[in-house]
Amino acid sequence: MNAAWEVVVLTGLGTVMIKSLGPLLLGGRPLPHRIAGLVALLAPALLAALVAINTFADGRSLTIDARVLGVGVAAIAIWRRAPVLLVIVLAAGTTALARALVG
Amino acid sequence: MPEPERSHRDGVREVAPLAIAVLGFGASFGVLARAAGMGVVSPIVMSATTFAGSSQFAAASILDAGGSVASAVTAALLLNARYGPIGVSVAPYLHGSLWSRFIHAQLTVDETWAVAAEGEGRFNPKVLLGAGVTLYLAWVGGTVLGVAFGDLIGDPASWGLDAAFPALFLALLVPQLTTRDARLAALVGAAIALALTPFTPAGVPIIAASAGCLVGLGKARGSDTT
Repeated sequence: MNAAWEVVVLTGLGTVMIKSLGPLLLGGRPLPHRIAGLVALLAPALLAALVAINTFADGRSLTIDARVLGVGVAAIAIWRRAPVLLVIVLAAGTTALARALVG
Repeated sequence: MPEPERSHRDGVREVAPLAIAVLGFGASFGVLARAAGMGVVSPIVMSATTFAGSSQFAAASILDAGGSVASAVTAALLLNARYGPIGVSVAPYLHGSLWSRFIHAQLTVDETWAVAAEGEGRFNPKVLLGAGVTLYLAWVGGTVLGVAFGDLIGDPASWGLDAAFPALFLALLVPQLTTRDARLAALVGAAIALALTPFTPAGVPIIAASAGCLVGLGKARGSDTT
């Protein structure tokens, strides 16, 4: 089994288990207040890290390249409440254009 | 006259505009997963079993960067950890058999959860199912399209597709930044990830960034200011 399949199987099994936990086992009993508060903050912390890494990381070094322009345009589009699909098209289009112009 | 109760069909109708965007997401996942060397079948199987967009993009991006299986899976599962409490929140409204509750649970994702909400913490299981099946078909169908046309795309970098990853994550992040703690967690998470990038294998900085959620501990000590 290659790396991609290992990731697909393990992520699939793990996600199915996470999604099932509440409805199958807990029967609606809420998480302790403190733990629920921390779990709610996992998503913003991880998503921000993904934005940062995918914008500035190139392997193990940090760089500023055409991706920064694309993400900058995406940020403006999000601020202007553009649909997510448009945000992605603008980011990719801006970055592609910058690369084509610089050559 | 009381409000008529919402049905499966209302779930389909209310989620339809989102389903078009999700079809596009699914297609970009198919293209990016193929570009990351995941092949043809495994991205489709992943969409059909995991059915959670941001975690799939994260896993594909870590594989693409040469990260290990462990870091890709851990990052993806940490991103899906929110479905623990989300599942708990809908559980009281799922009265069917074990099998029925299992299906509803798998179809509970950010968008279907939001559409099924009826205020005061109540959820409509029929709307959840209608919206869930619609989004599932769009996500898996989009992935098939993306994988099929990936060959015609060529080098993803020349199309700027590598910038699509951070743009997507930013679009998913911004609606979550409604509290001071969430904004602080995001800042700390991004700072940790960037600081560790030169010193650790791909994927590790993203997992370490989960420590950003510990900013919430301040609340327990009584600093409730916003």
